[in-house]
Amino acid sequence: MALLNLREINKKFGGIHALNKVSLTIGGGEIYGLIGPNGAGKTTLFNVITGVYLPSSGDVEFNGKSLIGRKPYQVAMMGIARTFQNIRLFQNMTALENVMIGTHAKTSAGPLGAIFNTKSTRSEERLIRSQSRDWLEYVGISSQIDYLAKNLSYGDQRRLEIARALATQPKLLALDEPAAGMNATETDELKLLIQRIRSDGVSILLIEHDVKLIMNLCDRVAVLDYGQKIAEDIPSLVRQDPKVIQAYLGGDLP
Amino acid sequence: MRLIAQQLLKKITSNKKALLLGYVLLFVALAVLPFLLSNTVGRTWVRILDFALIYAMLALGLNIVVGFAGLLDLGYIAFYAVGAYTWALLASPQFGLHLPFWAILPIGAGVAAIFGVLLGAPTLRLRGDYLAIVTLGFGEIIRIFLNNLDHPINVTNGPIGINKIDPISIGGVDLTRTHEWFGISFSGVHIYYYLLLALLIFTIVMCVRLENSRIGRAWLAIREDELAAQAMGINTRNIKLLAFALGATFGGVAGGLFASLQGFVSPESFGLLESIMVLCMVVLGGMGHVYGVLLGALLLSVLPEILRSTASPIQRAVFGDVYIDPEALRMLLFGLALIVVMLVRPTGLWPAPRRRTILDQDVDRD
Ligand SMILES: Nc1ncnc2c1ncn2[C@@H]1O[C@H](COP(=O)(O)OP(=O)(O)OP(=O)(O)O)[C@@H](O)[C@H]1O
Ligand SMILES: [Mg+2]
Repeated sequence: MALLNLREINKKFGGIHALNKVSLTIGGGEIYGLIGPNGAGKTTLFNVITGVYLPSSGDVEFNGKSLIGRKPYQVAMMGIARTFQNIRLFQNMTALENVMIGTHAKTSAGPLGAIFNTKSTRSEERLIRSQSRDWLEYVGISSQIDYLAKNLSYGDQRRLEIARALATQPKLLALDEPAAGMNATETDELKLLIQRIRSDGVSILLIEHDVKLIMNLCDRVAVLDYGQKIAEDIPSLVRQDPKVIQAYLGGDLP
Repeated sequence: MRLIAQQLLKKITSNKKALLLGYVLLFVALAVLPFLLSNTVGRTWVRILDFALIYAMLALGLNIVVGFAGLLDLGYIAFYAVGAYTWALLASPQFGLHLPFWAILPIGAGVAAIFGVLLGAPTLRLRGDYLAIVTLGFGEIIRIFLNNLDHPINVTNGPIGINKIDPISIGGVDLTRTHEWFGISFSGVHIYYYLLLALLIFTIVMCVRLENSRIGRAWLAIREDELAAQAMGINTRNIKLLAFALGATFGGVAGGLFASLQGFVSPESFGLLESIMVLCMVVLGGMGHVYGVLLGALLLSVLPEILRSTASPIQRAVFGDVYIDPEALRMLLFGLALIVVMLVRPTGLWPAPRRRTILDQDVDRD
């Protein structure tokens, strides 16, 4: 069954047609790649899915429910988590605190519980802490637990963003260029991490410029060019598609 | 030097007995302070202290909005006004109502919270400067209402204000009178001091607990990056409104206590200058840091009074005459102090530990 279903999404910014009738479907347990030249509309598609932008027309369905008109926090609560192309961590908070905020969607303590320090608040707080530690461990940055996010290395910041997204317990994880700025070893580790996340039952939508990573990792790949989906298939076929090669025009596709 | 002090502090705070002793000493010091003051420099200073405690409560409330949630509110004094007038209307001859203290306190808090939501809601989409300007306008609107609501129906008594507000009385004991207990005579300002101190301690506990809670983290997240906060499932609208409402609640309670201590309220106590003063307490002390804000509030409410009472005698002693009006000098030095602190310590006198760790870790890492 399809987890995410986009139907004929259009998004215009003034004269720019950032997304032009984009339709795609992501199944449960799938790693779905999204590639395309700079300015093709990949991030815009993320923003439409996660409720940051309202599409000009078209429909987004997640788990059979339409996402159109829902706020980003509602989309997050429904089970779509994301990372940002230009990392958006809570810079002046520690790694642990960042992940603790990720648990917000799945916890419930309110102001009165906090003020009176009730038993349930305390036990929830303990749970939040231990879960958050586990997520840091999961992405492999336990040693950075008490560092401020802005003091982490670039690669660790990317991983912290993933940990924070996972803490919302999503069904679909959308990653916007997670390997950007990573060295080869870090990228290999990232690949293993993404595979592990998938095997733990989370579907993945992956924007990447690192073609090798996309080819190694994805079950299917879609190619965007000038807001249009020009190809969609298994990686080995997509890389041979003449339209794709044309779009990249001697670019980085091998 | 600072490192040694820090280590010493750590040693003390890690030793349970020493910590307990520290608390006991602090408690005793706070308990005898008003007597010390009234027997040395006079009873007016206990009154000044009372007002300082009220200002501390007010500043802690604003700190929730500005410090925790990062929403620059320049009209915060409006909630102080709402609290003060709620109290004044419910316990004065104005309407002949004389509700008891324990009833007005929650009513005042509730009314202020409602105003917090009402004035907060239209500003939710605004940030930074725009938010500041709109809240400034709201603050003024409330004051103008208070000034003009004496006709067609006389509600607020206009610019004259409301007089003869009931003093707080608990269990039939009028807190503004002098009472003899255990052979010690407690005057009104002394008793108020203890009441205010208890409420302030309660406020501090609430603020610290809120900051370290799920809600407090959501506020910090919004302050740091609103879009990322939303992506974490934080309903930023509600969480911001909650900050406005809670901040207003503290402001409202402080306003009510102000009205009952003063026995009189008028619109001129709630002008823009007062809003800015409270904001200065927050910023100067250390935005977002409960104890820093407390320090800022106490300093900015007590120091000017010291200055006011010493400026004339000192000038007379040194120059033989009073050249600068103490009031003008007060504002002058106040502005100067603010500029110096902001230049030397831009994060405030006692910034949040979070901000300190930034520096510490920068040092650790390289
Ligand atoms: N908020 C906006 N307002 C106006 N134009 C926008 C906005 N967001 C994106 N665009 C435009 O839409 C087009 C697609 O941008 P988008 O960021 O989605 O590209 P991308 O595929 O993510 O590119 P990159 O690989 O560089 O990240 C670009 O022409 C961009 O300038
Ligand atoms: Mg992009």
